[in-house]
Amino acid sequence: MIYLQLFWEFLQIGIFAVGGGMATIPFLQHLSESTGWFPPSLITDMVAISESTPGPIGINMATYVGCAIAGIPGGIIATLGEVLPSVVIVSVVSMYLTKFRGNKLVDSAFYGLRPAVTGLIVAAGLSVAQVAMFRTELYKQTGAILDLFDLKKLVFFVLVFAAIKKFKLHPIAYIACAAVVGILLGF
Amino acid sequence: MSELLQMYLMFFRMGAVTFGGGYAMLPILRREIIQSRQWMDEETIMDYYALSQGLPGIIAVNVAVFIGYYRKKVPGALAAALGVVSPCILIITVIYYLLSGFQENPYVRHALAGISVCVVALILDAILSMWKKGVKDIPCVLICAFAFVVSAFTKFSPILLVILCAFIGIGIRTFLTAKKGGTGK
Repeated sequence: MIYLQLFWEFLQIGIFAVGGGMATIPFLQHLSESTGWFPPSLITDMVAISESTPGPIGINMATYVGCAIAGIPGGIIATLGEVLPSVVIVSVVSMYLTKFRGNKLVDSAFYGLRPAVTGLIVAAGLSVAQVAMFRTELYKQTGAILDLFDLKKLVFFVLVFAAIKKFKLHPIAYIACAAVVGILLGF
Repeated sequence: MSELLQMYLMFFRMGAVTFGGGYAMLPILRREIIQSRQWMDEETIMDYYALSQGLPGIIAVNVAVFIGYYRKKVPGALAAALGVVSPCILIITVIYYLLSGFQENPYVRHALAGISVCVVALILDAILSMWKKGVKDIPCVLICAFAFVVSAFTKFSPILLVILCAFIGIGIRTFLTAKKGGTGK
């Protein structure tokens, strides 16, 4: 019963992979080695495709590997298996959270958590920015500081940010425009 | 339209247009949930993001389940989770069978490069508003800076970092109230 086994394997990944999508990679590597269901080389393709398609990376990878192992039903089963623990765990936490709202200790914990999340998102945003707008590789080769900046993209970034502040459109509108601009200007 | 269906469709849309997972989802989430629907306030979403970091599973799915549960208990949680993953299943399955090598297509690469610049701008906008809501005093600024430095420059686990900051928060609050109350005793 490959489907049941597949569900079980991804259920475990969903429980133990703490820290988002990329945290599932070591588990998938292990799965490849222990079951022989797919070659380890598949993982590189999987990461490339998962990063260049919309949706959370961890989910994309689960669907991809599931498809590779057991076709379309495999993709669906692997994905649902990986998500199920989240639904259970988060629902249970939510249940208790509503009970403890207003509790001094819980409120104090959130007092520390909010700025922490802001800091984490700044770090995540910077690492996206580094890949998206700076040519670190070229800079390492030439050492010229001007090579670090991709001027076209920086100007575009400033324009997008100004547009977000001024027009307050739905983010999807900016994403769609950015895709078109990227193609037209050959980013 | 029933709220469950609305929930499913909203997270479906979110799953279909966010590149890069949990953090990239934040700008759209704020727009749809805080501004358009007023289902909850910014602080609550930040709390959910923080908790989602420290819990097992994919962050984007955890956030979705929190919001779904907040509105409609377990059915809401299921609708939200299925909404986020449905587009992934569709898109990845199609790509797996039809478009091998699609990520090497020059048009796809240019479009993605454009999108990633835009995502940075959207995240920056989200950060500015989170800063206004969540970073209220000097200790908060320090915690924020601490979390940033640790996350950006070390390999320290984000889960432990989040847990640590929760304890720092408790410590600071206890200390501050003890100081205030100290004169009264």
